[in-house]
Amino acid sequence: MDWLPAHQDFRGFLRLAREPSPDRLEKLAALAQHRLGFLETIQLDRALGPVCGESPQGFSSVRLAILASATVDHLVPGIRVSGLRRRLLIDVHIGPYGQYRQQLLDAESPLHRLCPHIVLLSLTAREAIVAVPLTATPVEADAAIGRSIDELRMLWRKARETFHATVIQQTFLNIADPLFGSYDRLVAGAPAQLIAHLNERLSQAAAEDGVLLLDISRASERDGLDAWFDVTRWLQAKLEIAPQAAPVYGDLLARVIAAQRGLSKKCLVLDLDNTLWSGVIGDDGPEGIILGEGTGIGEAHLALQRYVKQLRERGVILAVCSKNDPAVAEAVFRDHPEMLLRRTDIAAFVANWEDKPANLRRIAEQLNIGLESLVFVDDNPAERERIRQSLPMVAVPELPADAAKYVRCLADAGYFESVVFTTDDSRRGEQYSANASREAFLESSESMDEFLRGLDMSVTFGSFQTVDLARVAQLIGKTNQFNPTTRRHSVEDVARFIATDRCLTLQFRLVDRFGDNGLVSAMILRPDPQAPDLMEIDTWVMSCRVFGRQLEREAMNIAAEIARRMGVRAFRADYIPTPKNGVVSELYSALGFTLAQEAAPNDGVTRWFLELSDYVPHSTHIARRSE
Amino acid sequence: MCLTLPILLGDRSSMTDQDILNALTRILRDLLSDDSIVLTMETKRDDVPNWDSFAYISFIVAVESEFGVKFGVAEVESFQNVGAIVRRTSAILPTR
Repeated sequence: MDWLPAHQDFRGFLRLAREPSPDRLEKLAALAQHRLGFLETIQLDRALGPVCGESPQGFSSVRLAILASATVDHLVPGIRVSGLRRRLLIDVHIGPYGQYRQQLLDAESPLHRLCPHIVLLSLTAREAIVAVPLTATPVEADAAIGRSIDELRMLWRKARETFHATVIQQTFLNIADPLFGSYDRLVAGAPAQLIAHLNERLSQAAAEDGVLLLDISRASERDGLDAWFDVTRWLQAKLEIAPQAAPVYGDLLARVIAAQRGLSKKCLVLDLDNTLWSGVIGDDGPEGIILGEGTGIGEAHLALQRYVKQLRERGVILAVCSKNDPAVAEAVFRDHPEMLLRRTDIAAFVANWEDKPANLRRIAEQLNIGLESLVFVDDNPAERERIRQSLPMVAVPELPADAAKYVRCLADAGYFESVVFTTDDSRRGEQYSANASREAFLESSESMDEFLRGLDMSVTFGSFQTVDLARVAQLIGKTNQFNPTTRRHSVEDVARFIATDRCLTLQFRLVDRFGDNGLVSAMILRPDPQAPDLMEIDTWVMSCRVFGRQLEREAMNIAAEIARRMGVRAFRADYIPTPKNGVVSELYSALGFTLAQEAAPNDGVTRWFLELSDYVPHSTHIARRSE
Repeated sequence: MCLTLPILLGDRSSMTDQDILNALTRILRDLLSDDSIVLTMETKRDDVPNWDSFAYISFIVAVESEFGVKFGVAEVESFQNVGAIVRRTSAILPTR
């Protein structure tokens, strides 16, 4: 956990944080941002105490059930502390040791009363391989592994059908000792080979079934098996995961849970001097900085650029925040022959002599994302500390002194954990680059109206398409701002809405003269069970990339028109305030809905109505194209 | 994803049994969030409230991590009292 900063006085701060006070949870969450060992993790977890029930402002609660075939109680502190690190209060329920099947299948089991959001299957490989003889042919071995996988799939299905829970399956630690040595890989029935095979089939099945993986097998390759498996603990108490690995285990799991809830980081903000290259461009000049092949240090910085470029290709937004003359800094991107990152790769480029916290605010504003979506990478410990102090919501990895280890540090921190990879992700970089052209156009436009008219926008719409399900679910999962209800729906949930009679689902793509913005909005409307001609807007999300383009008006025009044709009389919509969705607090009033229910004192929820017969379509500059 | 390594502060081979006992006391207090715990060489697990078998394993892990030592599977099960842990720790402390 080297990317987290060490705490100077953990015990002292823990004592303070234990005392009852209104910001007790905030203090504990701040402590969780530090590098904690095995014992410190247990201490912090104990100070956190039970977390069931309503979650306080700024935190959300998660009910997690772990079904395990080994002892996993020692993993709970790491899981809860890693959740706290992401402002998730995780209520962990552990089924009785080894009884995971009964727990799932028996409707009377405590698991069923808990009704978990997430079911984690944490199983050892032993059961799956024990009955396979060493002499098994490849076909026999595959058949035996296939039976284990089929059983898992049955359990996954059961967990989903019963709880509508997200299922996370832990990959299998390959704890088998070599039997033949290197030749093991050529013997289908060799235990180590069986477990490798099991993991391979598991990944395929998970991909097909849309189950998420917790890849501790990969993590144990990273850290070494001894870091993850301690045979003494296994023999003593059937702990398959070594207690020393518990803090990391918890972080790996919390990443997946956070990613599924749209809480992964979105943007990587990079310093320049001694981060992207070695040297100071302002002092050393373009010939003086070291970058590229020929020297180890030059290659180290190039390796970081290569990794960052790959992150961009998978959808991470890139930004630059540097204390430099902007013209000098930009010239490196334009003219330096060894630069791998180009100026067009950077969605927000801020180089000046101002304070970095102010610049990070500017970047977040410019990209229209929250500060909590930023990761700030800087080699300078003083700048890092400055950001941690003034913007604690920004993730700041404790970059190692050796530039050779920058990539590893960034990769280990897992800021950009994902649960899906769509074509929209791979094109996000281009889309943000196109935004720069849009901004230039906006500046040259006389008025907002002229700008919008000149964009030549068109919307493509239709009900949810099967090929777009992953993107729709991602948009629903990740959108925090334009999201009046903040209801999260998994891919399976979304698929259910399509199949449900009389539900209206709509997806919108926005294209303009600068490019395709991709699938940027989705809407789910469901009929009221009591009054079928009344439809509720269960979910409506829109990417922050297209705010201010009148898409919400055109989307409502389209929804109203289609619903009217379906015989719907009125829409009902709730606005459920969160710390992040203030941007839509006036959405429904602006669209012509009438307030039916004033803000409730406890949660501030407002309810809105729209009689479709009264609806006058809003005029927009968006042309329509049907999908 | 590096696991936190034990922070070895200087040369531990000069530690006395009392030093080790003090360290074990601090570890157990941290582990059980109970600053009233006082360990002696004669203390047994049953003498300390909440020091159950689960907390015992956590304790052993924390001690191993603190001192950079590793107890054998038979040892962990045979420690009769805190003194036995202190003496064994002292015997296998890494020297520099």
